[in-house]
Amino acid sequence: MSQYTSQFAQAAEAVTQNTDHRSFLQTALRGYQKVRANTQARFTDWQTARKVAAEVKWEAIENLDTHLKNLTERLEARGTKVFWATDGKEAREYILSVIQEHDAKSVVKSKTMTSEEIHLNDLLEKEGFDVVESDLGEFIVQLNHEAPYHFVFPAMHLKREEISHIFHEALGTDETYDPEELTQIARRVLRQKYLDADIGISGANFGIAETGMISITENEGNARLTTSLPKVHIALMGIEKVLPRLEDLSLFLPMLATAGTGQALTGYNSMIGGPRQEGEIDGPEEFHLVLLDNHRTRLLADPEQRDALRCIRCGACLNVCPIFKNVGGHSYGTTYQGPIGSVITPHLRGLQDWKHLSQASSLCGACTETCPVKIDLHHHLLRNRRNAMNEKPKFTERVMFGGFVSMMSRPWMYRSLTKTARIFDRLMQPLQGSWLDPFRPWRKTRSLPPVAKETFKDYWQNRQK
Amino acid sequence: MIPCFIDQLFPQVGIRMVEIFERLGHEVEYPMDQTCCGQPPFNSGFQDEARQVAVRVLEIFKSAEVVVVPSGSCAAMVKVFYPELFQESPQEEAAKELAAKTWEFSQFLVEKLEVTDVGASFPGKVTFHDGCHGLRELGVKGAPRALLEKVRDLELVEMGEAETCCGFGGTFAVKFPQISTAMAQVKSNSAEESGAEYIVSNDASCLMQIQGYLDRQPKNEIRCFHLAEVLAKNLDKTE
Ligand code: SF4
Repeated sequence: MSQYTSQFAQAAEAVTQNTDHRSFLQTALRGYQKVRANTQARFTDWQTARKVAAEVKWEAIENLDTHLKNLTERLEARGTKVFWATDGKEAREYILSVIQEHDAKSVVKSKTMTSEEIHLNDLLEKEGFDVVESDLGEFIVQLNHEAPYHFVFPAMHLKREEISHIFHEALGTDETYDPEELTQIARRVLRQKYLDADIGISGANFGIAETGMISITENEGNARLTTSLPKVHIALMGIEKVLPRLEDLSLFLPMLATAGTGQALTGYNSMIGGPRQEGEIDGPEEFHLVLLDNHRTRLLADPEQRDALRCIRCGACLNVCPIFKNVGGHSYGTTYQGPIGSVITPHLRGLQDWKHLSQASSLCGACTETCPVKIDLHHHLLRNRRNAMNEKPKFTERVMFGGFVSMMSRPWMYRSLTKTARIFDRLMQPLQGSWLDPFRPWRKTRSLPPVAKETFKDYWQNRQK
Repeated sequence: MIPCFIDQLFPQVGIRMVEIFERLGHEVEYPMDQTCCGQPPFNSGFQDEARQVAVRVLEIFKSAEVVVVPSGSCAAMVKVFYPELFQESPQEEAAKELAAKTWEFSQFLVEKLEVTDVGASFPGKVTFHDGCHGLRELGVKGAPRALLEKVRDLELVEMGEAETCCGFGGTFAVKFPQISTAMAQVKSNSAEESGAEYIVSNDASCLMQIQGYLDRQPKNEIRCFHLAEVLAKNLDKTE
């Protein structure tokens, strides 16, 4: 068992015991589902929209090289510095070198999961920079020294009182349970940070190949400030975020908003095509785009699961996932939680270390049903299980299924097992629920029916007589 | 086709299904050699093992006109996953043929036989649990409800979490028992809120999970039944 497996199992178990937390989470997500259903109904035909979106993303991924070339060439023509990072280390080092080059002291960030993926903050803080997250949710979890709980709603696990307490401890503000006031506190702190910051770091929701622009969508205006006030803007973008045409945004922006938060459109949508151009009055002097591979090309090389690169990180699959709703976001121990995380983390960080996430699923398919770009999520979990077993079969399971096959291939053996099981059932009765009970994991919380006195086979046989 | 756990743990489900078909005037055959469809190894990632079991199923049901399964999960295994499992193998065609003639029980009644009223009566308030494989792999949603609505004295109520997984998921239920149990709790609470006295489903495995959980709750009056059991209730009365 990998260390990640036991961490997951322990964390998940703790959350399942925490009824309060689970019902808090489930109530919040029920609210999301309701709002989202209403917004979805405003589409002429949501199912067709999904199909079109899947096709557009398919086209983008199948011709990723061309689209990325177009995107970067057009950005470079307007003075953007583009850096291709093979992995997290290269990306981190490049970003650090840019910051050092400018003799910068403080960095303001808007929400970017890609930077979480490469653990950028850890490095920057270690190097002594003042790094502040400007997205409200990210700001809260940063003050609380924890990882985002959900890649769209980073602080969704915290109640108002808890947030107030975090602010009180970290910023010395008065306790208040009023959401308005809490937002105001964050706003006051952050305003000054924008003004002081030498460097702004953002992510990118989409990269438009046709026009050479990145698109950022958000609700607080913080990304707009992060990308335009500091002298230098660095955007970090996964290579799969590319879209062929500008007009594709007319589908993807409302779709991302609908699936992500249930909004028809998010509050602020920005397009960035380069640093400040001559004659322009605002914008950064320098704009860097860091394109991150970090094993995405591994997924690209897998024709069976390549469609996972279509993901627009809307988070909808988490919001409907019964596993997520009962184990919460932190249990996963990954940057990307929920079904999409369980599908791609084995590709990004190693199959053997992360295969347990594919096993921790009832394969119910709620994720696949909801995904706006129609990624075959729950079947990919099955494929990960298969690949993991082919690569390194678990000895006990192999023996077990070997026995299973030989029994199921011989009807007489199968029937004699029925008899043995009946006797076993009786013999085991006094031991039920004890450590000697092989069904203990089941019986601890659930009853188990005994083998029937007359099986269907017995019934049919008697009938034929 | 009678799934192995129905054979061993819930034979009455198979028996009731046979009764219903015979009452409708159909001839039912049961090949005694059948055992399991191969889903447990398949879902655990052991595809070679699954194929070895599945190959027998292809053979055993080759001559059948239609194959009906009282389980959305096992029907999905045959209809959806067999063609994938045997892709580019000598059995590819056989797998596709079997997939095409295999039906989940309620869908078969409503869509193929076009029967919704089987003549049953069942007094009580019932809520239907959508088994995930039936619902999302096969699109079973309306059929069981259409059948239940025609059952005399039965009041059908929907629960908020009808489409939410019960947490069974095969080996998942033993590998991650706490998560699985937490899911059963969500399901059971939702059924309780609906005011139902009975939870009915087309998957006995889901019902084993939900009933298993309910049995351990101090104050519980909800009982689980398979759809076939409800549809075979008091058939004679209406003759
Ligand atoms: S996999 Fe689909 S539903 Fe999940 S985050 Fe990505 S786009 Fe959204």
